Amino acid sequence: MSQYVITIGLETHVQLKTATKMFCGCSLAFGEEPNTNVCPVCLGYPGALPVMNREAIRLTVLSGLMLGCEINRHSTFDRKNYFYPDMSKDYQISQNTHPLCLGGSVTIGTPEGPKRIRINHIHLEEDAAKINHYARFSGVDFNRCGTPLMEIVSEPDLSSPEEAMAYLQALKQILVYAGVSDCNLEEGNMRSDVNISVRPAGQEKLGTKVEIKNMNTFKGIHAALEYEIARQLAVVKSGGTLVQETRRWDPELGETQSMRGKENAHDYRYFPEPDLVPVELSDELIESWRAQLPEAPAARRERMMAEYGIPAYDAGVLADVKENADFFEAAARACKPGLGKTVSNWFMTEVMRLLSETGKGVGACALTPAALAELVTLVDEGVINGPTAKELLSDVFAKGGSPRAIVDERGLAQVSDVSALEAFIVQVFAENAKSVADFRAGKKAAAGFLVGQVMKLSKGKADPKLAGRLVAERLAEGQ
Amino acid sequence: MVGMDLTLCAAAEGLRKKAFSSVELTQSVLAAIREKDGALNAYLSVDGEGALKQAAAADAARAAGRDGDLLGIPVAVKDLINVAGQPCTCASKILTGYVAPYDATVSARLREAGAVFAGRTNMDEFAMGSSTEGSAFKVTRNPHDLTRVPGGSSGGSAAAVAGGEAIAALGTDTGGSIRQPAAFCGCVGLKPSYGRVSRYGVTAYASSLDQVGPMTRTVEDAAVLLQALAGGDPHDGTTLDVPVPDYRAALRGGIKGMRIGLPREYYIDGTDPDVMACVRRTVDACAAAGAEIVEVSLPHTEYAIAVYYIVATAEASANLARFDGVRYGHRTEKPESVFDLYARSRAEGFGTEVKRRIILGTYVLSSGYYDAYYGCAQKVRTLIRNDFTEAFKRCDVMFTPVAPTAAYRIGEACNDPLKMYLGDVFTVPANLAGICGLSVPCGRTADGLPVGLQILGPAFGECAVLRAGQAVEGEVRT
Repeated sequence: MSQYVITIGLETHVQLKTATKMFCGCSLAFGEEPNTNVCPVCLGYPGALPVMNREAIRLTVLSGLMLGCEINRHSTFDRKNYFYPDMSKDYQISQNTHPLCLGGSVTIGTPEGPKRIRINHIHLEEDAAKINHYARFSGVDFNRCGTPLMEIVSEPDLSSPEEAMAYLQALKQILVYAGVSDCNLEEGNMRSDVNISVRPAGQEKLGTKVEIKNMNTFKGIHAALEYEIARQLAVVKSGGTLVQETRRWDPELGETQSMRGKENAHDYRYFPEPDLVPVELSDELIESWRAQLPEAPAARRERMMAEYGIPAYDAGVLADVKENADFFEAAARACKPGLGKTVSNWFMTEVMRLLSETGKGVGACALTPAALAELVTLVDEGVINGPTAKELLSDVFAKGGSPRAIVDERGLAQVSDVSALEAFIVQVFAENAKSVADFRAGKKAAAGFLVGQVMKLSKGKADPKLAGRLVAERLAEGQ
Repeated sequence: MVGMDLTLCAAAEGLRKKAFSSVELTQSVLAAIREKDGALNAYLSVDGEGALKQAAAADAARAAGRDGDLLGIPVAVKDLINVAGQPCTCASKILTGYVAPYDATVSARLREAGAVFAGRTNMDEFAMGSSTEGSAFKVTRNPHDLTRVPGGSSGGSAAAVAGGEAIAALGTDTGGSIRQPAAFCGCVGLKPSYGRVSRYGVTAYASSLDQVGPMTRTVEDAAVLLQALAGGDPHDGTTLDVPVPDYRAALRGGIKGMRIGLPREYYIDGTDPDVMACVRRTVDACAAAGAEIVEVSLPHTEYAIAVYYIVATAEASANLARFDGVRYGHRTEKPESVFDLYARSRAEGFGTEVKRRIILGTYVLSSGYYDAYYGCAQKVRTLIRNDFTEAFKRCDVMFTPVAPTAAYRIGEACNDPLKMYLGDVFTVPANLAGICGLSVPCGRTADGLPVGLQILGPAFGECAVLRAGQAVEGEVRT
């Protein structure tokens, strides 16, 4: 591998979180009956005209600002002409010459340290319809036609499938943070085309570029890249020549297949869209949008460490998924100061274990930040002990409710009353005379067993610390 | 029966004074169509039943106290403007059987004003042509001489108004398609400034040039109809939300003191002497009435036809892509593949001139040719626009012929596309510059054919052209 250099660039289409389509008022609800969210505009009826969705412009500019892009004050739309049943007008409204955002970058972690992946530009366009193939015919569902799509085009700065994955993860994280897209891969919110080439190390000129289309999962992109790199290396190493072409990824067969060569490349005949006036953005407007920018993941990590006194590792894990960080912060703020690390411990061990067991996102479980804060506070106040708290958390995670109310209702408060504990201890010492004797004979571990018996007798409710001290005192007394 | 020589304003007055009802007026229009359209072929379809229902509703509204200049007035609509529930064929086989599912903004505004949609007028297919011979369905005849063309592409609307089959009509103008047929048929036609009237629901030929406008018997009628059509539209981002002035009030200004520009480049050899004589006589009459005549120059005029046939065809090549047989319109029998479906549906559905323009437009946008054609045309278009901006610093309006000739004979020009394209030489620049232009009758040739005067005004200068047009109408009549 090392005598060859791999060059990868990504064109990532991201569905923006707007209520309506790019150029008409149709809803973007997912999973509806085919051809129900349609109108003369998105169906390309004679005479219909596009009307700009200003929210899509704002979300694209927000994304550009998050990624450090320069925002074009004067931006225009173009028609990209091609015939295909998925495009109702047989041209797509896109941006060719003056996109909304230029430049910018995404920083990814690599084994060699942080690496900056440059962005060439971000433009806005409309999505195509979805074609469904049936046994004897194909059908077009125009519900998706006209969905606002932002296309983020990277420079060819990526040099392995792993880097491509890291780039996509980082991009997704930033866009979710920015609130511009759900980046829900199952719903096709984030789809990428890949450009890839290989060349011998030391050669300046990039190798022959191949474009791969039709990948909508990160796993698919990774697999397609691995396959394509191996294919290209095999051709080059055997002295063959690669051809510039567009290939498609077949997830069933796990291979890329040629779609069309350079000589059959489309001539899209771009020209300025005469139905839309240029988008002019004033400095004031852009600054007002900049002021709405959410915190970026890196900045949030730093702030959470300072604000809640949590270590860098915790901050990294929590900030990784925005809704986790949001949940943690809401819970930590609901506790008295100084409990940040405790909340983080509970979230990162117990809550994240439950999330991974159930496969849910924290927004989808019954546990609220206030409930977690209550639970942590109950432990901190000594009202319940750790084991009780863990059981209670599982319960609230699944069914919801207030931990404090459940503790009261079920009498789960721990027993911290010395006389009550003394009674348990007397009984345990009486029933386990052998263990008491063992201890006195020098087997110190027997003390732990005795404490355990006290806990069991109290049905788990004894304050374990107090029980330990009282058992130790009683053992000491007898010597 | 109500006489069919009524102007729109006179009809409105008759309705107001209860001299006749909208139902009676509409019945008269329908009767005139039955009587005359066998010879004229102005209409592609007539919705008598629907029109009478609308007329009855207008009468009921009037009885309930409502009034309005268009309440109960039958209007003919060029067959590329969508009116919900009516056919909208664009005079093309590719839209045979298509019924509009929605109202164009102009249709909705007329409906709101209480107008009656009597029928759909013939045109060159997709508005591509200057004689209405390009209709896939029928050849419309000029009411002044049935052997001659009515002009085009809004030839059906012009013939209907001039021939007494309509009181007023809507046309569209991309390179002269309202003004030239108005001139050929001897009626009034106004192409509003680009952005003055919404294009939403108007089947697009060339999006940066198309405008809907009135075709009427008098300048005052045009002012009244424009009043209802004009104004910004949230469905059309290219309309400008400039306040709509009172156009009828603007008519009262008179010609005295107006500066009339005569663009040197429009007064050239090659224009029919009779046409030129009518124009000159009108200019002289206006001068005598107190107008100031100023010679101006529009130096890039000679490039206008070339620029027009690049810009318009480029936009058309994309605008007409949607007629692909997938969602509506003509679909070929038993296609072998999706591309066969496209190729055959379009080959069968489109006529020769439409195909010619799609091919031209596709060519000028192609990789390697874009800069030489489309890119260059856009730059020259800016120069043409600047010409007008400069010239309008020295005059309020410009007077020019509408077309180099009066109406020609059917079949005379249709086999020579270049000759027909050159007939648009005086009208095309206004579309490229986005300014407004009025065609108003200014005399007749020795053969008795109507001649039109074109009055050009700056962008959103409709008041000035209507004011001058009203004066010209008065001069010519007296």
